[in-house]
Amino acid sequence: MFEIGLGHYLTLGAVIFTIGVVGIFLNRKNIIVILMSIELILLSVNINLVSFSIFINDLSGQIFTLIVLTVAAAEAAIGLAIIVVYFRNSGTIRVEEIDSLKG
Amino acid sequence: MVLASKNTVHSVFFLILDFISISCLFIMIGAEFLGMMMLIVYVGAVAVLFLFVVMMLNVAQQKNEWFTSIANSSHLPFGLLFSVIIFFELIIVVGGWKYKDDVSTSVTLKTISETTNTHSIGNVLYTDYVHLFQLCGMILLISMIGAIVLTFRKRDGLKRQSYIKQISRERKEGVELVEVKNKDGVKIDV
Repeated sequence: MFEIGLGHYLTLGAVIFTIGVVGIFLNRKNIIVILMSIELILLSVNINLVSFSIFINDLSGQIFTLIVLTVAAAEAAIGLAIIVVYFRNSGTIRVEEIDSLKG
Repeated sequence: MVLASKNTVHSVFFLILDFISISCLFIMIGAEFLGMMMLIVYVGAVAVLFLFVVMMLNVAQQKNEWFTSIANSSHLPFGLLFSVIIFFELIIVVGGWKYKDDVSTSVTLKTISETTNTHSIGNVLYTDYVHLFQLCGMILLISMIGAIVLTFRKRDGLKRQSYIKQISRERKEGVELVEVKNKDGVKIDV
């Protein structure tokens, strides 16, 4: 019987983390997709914390997962508010066209 | 799929699919409370927020030029290189993992087996980690205030309630005693 262990969960976390990093690096579209990539990275951190917490039998990992969840929700709300304000001011959220700080 | 789909709305849907499957995994390995919490927080709040912003900003028509612009993207090799390096580092770390024998000596070991997951999380969260819990509350409050302040704007021609004006209103300027004549009515001038 094939058994799912800690290593499989860690590998899944690594894969999702890498997908998020690729999304941040290779994005040519809008900032919303970058925010979604950040959510993916935080999700992979949550996977790691929960799997260690289950396999070591310590509840602290799940508490910290709750805190990461809170921070992720707050970050999504603030980031989307900033994006809405930026879109209202400049009319675009494409990544290439946001270069007003280039000097 | 979150990154490579052409429509941003489709990426949000794939993100929701991702969250749902991860919460199913959490429920399966025994963290029921966190799985349900992820379902509520991510799918119920964050993903709906993303969908709302995507549809409000009307970027769905802005098609993704992923497959056309990926050829002439200048930092594509760097990105792929960094990602592959990070991925293999993580895989090496996972593969070289060895347990210590006495790793599972923990204070909460007993509570996790006797009671349900939610019960034991509550036992730990409100006693040992109460400061972190309150910090979470502060973070949520600050983010709520920040989001409201950021997206708030004043517009002309919009009637608002003015508390100072309401409270400082007096009898002299509000009410007037009028002598009413017969068959003449009262003229109201506002």
